[in-house]
Amino acid sequence: MAEFTLPKNSRVQQGKTWKAADGAKNIRRFQVYRYDPDSGRNPRMDTYEVDLDKCGPMVLDALLKIKNEIDATLTLRRSCREGVCGSCAMNIDGTNTLACTHDIADIKGDVKVYPLPHMPVIKDLVPDLTHFFAQYASIKPWIRTESPPPDRERLQSKEERAKLDGLYECILCACCSTACPSYWWNSDRYLGPALLLQSYRWIADSRDETTGERLDELQDPFKLYRCHTIMNCTRTCPKRLNPAKSIAEIKKLLVEREH
Amino acid sequence: MASDNRPLSPHLGIYRWQISMTMSILHRLTGIWLSLGSLALIYWLIAVAAGPDIYAMAQTLLGSWIGQVLMWTWAFSLFYHLCNGIRHLFWDAGRGFEIRAFYITGYSVWIISGALTVVAILFAYTHGSHP
Repeated sequence: MAEFTLPKNSRVQQGKTWKAADGAKNIRRFQVYRYDPDSGRNPRMDTYEVDLDKCGPMVLDALLKIKNEIDATLTLRRSCREGVCGSCAMNIDGTNTLACTHDIADIKGDVKVYPLPHMPVIKDLVPDLTHFFAQYASIKPWIRTESPPPDRERLQSKEERAKLDGLYECILCACCSTACPSYWWNSDRYLGPALLLQSYRWIADSRDETTGERLDELQDPFKLYRCHTIMNCTRTCPKRLNPAKSIAEIKKLLVEREH
Repeated sequence: MASDNRPLSPHLGIYRWQISMTMSILHRLTGIWLSLGSLALIYWLIAVAAGPDIYAMAQTLLGSWIGQVLMWTWAFSLFYHLCNGIRHLFWDAGRGFEIRAFYITGYSVWIISGALTVVAILFAYTHGSHP
């Protein structure tokens, strides 16, 4: 059943405010979700005043400036800082996106930063993605074949390869899945948009020979059909992909093979 | 790892309200409301069959201002659920998933279902026999 409120230990409290240095002119307030597992206390929102004149343009630049210069205890994942690795996925200004490619200038007012929604929090902006990646492993995300290996690579025509455009670019940042209310309430059994897009990526691959098995796996009231075309996934994808459409394509294939 | 003690990150309370999720939840709510409305319709049909006294009482009930407001909400629910249902049929056929198409069809559902509701209400008040 859907839980609309947060459990007692998860309610967010008011935290500290860290003032900017004297003389800073271009100040922006960053409200950041903090949770310290060692303190035994509830999560809190700390406010940091950041001098944008001495800061890079992206939200990740500001978060790293906070970590480097204001409060070294701030914990977050980041790696490539150019939208390729998916590590710095978080909820910024109300929607899920990558901190590294989200321009501070696009945000009005205070910048609110939370971890990806409806996830167990390890520390601060770091959610526990164990379940997400276990679900990813469950779809067997690799080419599976039955025919004997050929002497050379398994080739694709240009048309066959083109079917993977809009699918292979997914970086598994989990922005879409954690934007999906259906995934919030049913993630124990529903695969969610990211992994259904990934499922379709292997179904659509001409070199994979287990399409039937993959569809059998998804023919399930929960794994696939908890998608109600809410479309928060496509709306929020930082790579401009379309998980909702991939899910519709899987549903179509399931209907087509019945007839 | 003691993952049981981990807090759950905020979700509904902090996610920026999107037209996507609004229209989806409204589709559900209008669906539920319409199934309740069908009970009201059945009540009215039974009243029709049960003779003039009971029919007159049903007419008074449904014609009261509360009854009329309920009728308006059911009219809107019907048209919204119908229009958005057609949108869902297109999605089931794999069409209309581009963000632009999504917004155009979404706003069209609002406008068309709103207009149909107004037309239906106007029709009811100019052509219907109400007490």
